[in-house]
Amino acid sequence: MARNLQDKVEECQLIREICQGNTELFRTLIEPYQRSVFSIAYSVVTNAADAEEVAQEVFLKALKNLANFRGESKFSTWLIQITLNEARTLLRRTRAHLFESLDGPPGTEQNDRGYIPRDLADWREIPSEALARKELRQKIEQTLECLRPIYREVLVLRDMQHLSVAETAEVLGISRDLVKTRLSRARLQMREALAPGYDGSWTVGSKRYRGVRPW
Amino acid sequence: METVIEISCAEVWQEVSSYIDGDVTPELKVRMEKHFSKCRHCKAVLDGTRNSVRLLTDGDWFPLPEGFAERLFHRLSCDDRNDKP
Repeated sequence: MARNLQDKVEECQLIREICQGNTELFRTLIEPYQRSVFSIAYSVVTNAADAEEVAQEVFLKALKNLANFRGESKFSTWLIQITLNEARTLLRRTRAHLFESLDGPPGTEQNDRGYIPRDLADWREIPSEALARKELRQKIEQTLECLRPIYREVLVLRDMQHLSVAETAEVLGISRDLVKTRLSRARLQMREALAPGYDGSWTVGSKRYRGVRPW
Repeated sequence: METVIEISCAEVWQEVSSYIDGDVTPELKVRMEKHFSKCRHCKAVLDGTRNSVRLLTDGDWFPLPEGFAERLFHRLSCDDRNDKP
């Protein structure tokens, strides 16, 4: 969602014109954000159909409430906040019986301090071919789904949407330190799932792979 | 006599994510790098974590479903007839 100054000026102008009634321009305004909104919605609801439903609601709400956008934060930040709210609302509505509190049980963050990475496989190189592999994509998506929502959201915002720590803290309404703690946990869990420690299947040539453990 | 490792593995694991982001103090950076040069286990954690971050950062994850934009703008235009901002 990186926007340069010129884009930002144009964006403010677009927003003004839309608020003055030229709603045709809304399409232009949101064009760059469709993917981000969908991805962030997906990171919460973890399926494409619900993520699309959420994304549609987000843009409808954004259009209806555009006059309330004061430009104090970035338009992208505002959109992400609406997206997280809508996605969490849908999740609560559809999976109330399964829903895990987004805040987690008390003391959970404390437990993270004692986290020990398992299965410390050596993994110095990313085989370039691996990126294209369907299995790797599935593995990443599965791992994301297995992460607790509080970790998944931070990981998606930071590493997939390229928000800064400060921006991530702002949209999630949490401290920067908490962003860093959750990000650390999420990244280590991703590494664990993706490192070729289990069967070496992500390596092209498995010469470099050695299973090592610190204990 | 072998040089003493000044930072524990557990401390390194807590900071490895911030280290990848270049978000550690110069002093901590030096201590961690000294540790990485001696501890292959933590070096493996660093390399693996950095690689997973790179995969996430570079990959095209959650691509938009086909027809997403058409359905979105159809819905927006339907709604727009009833509601103006």
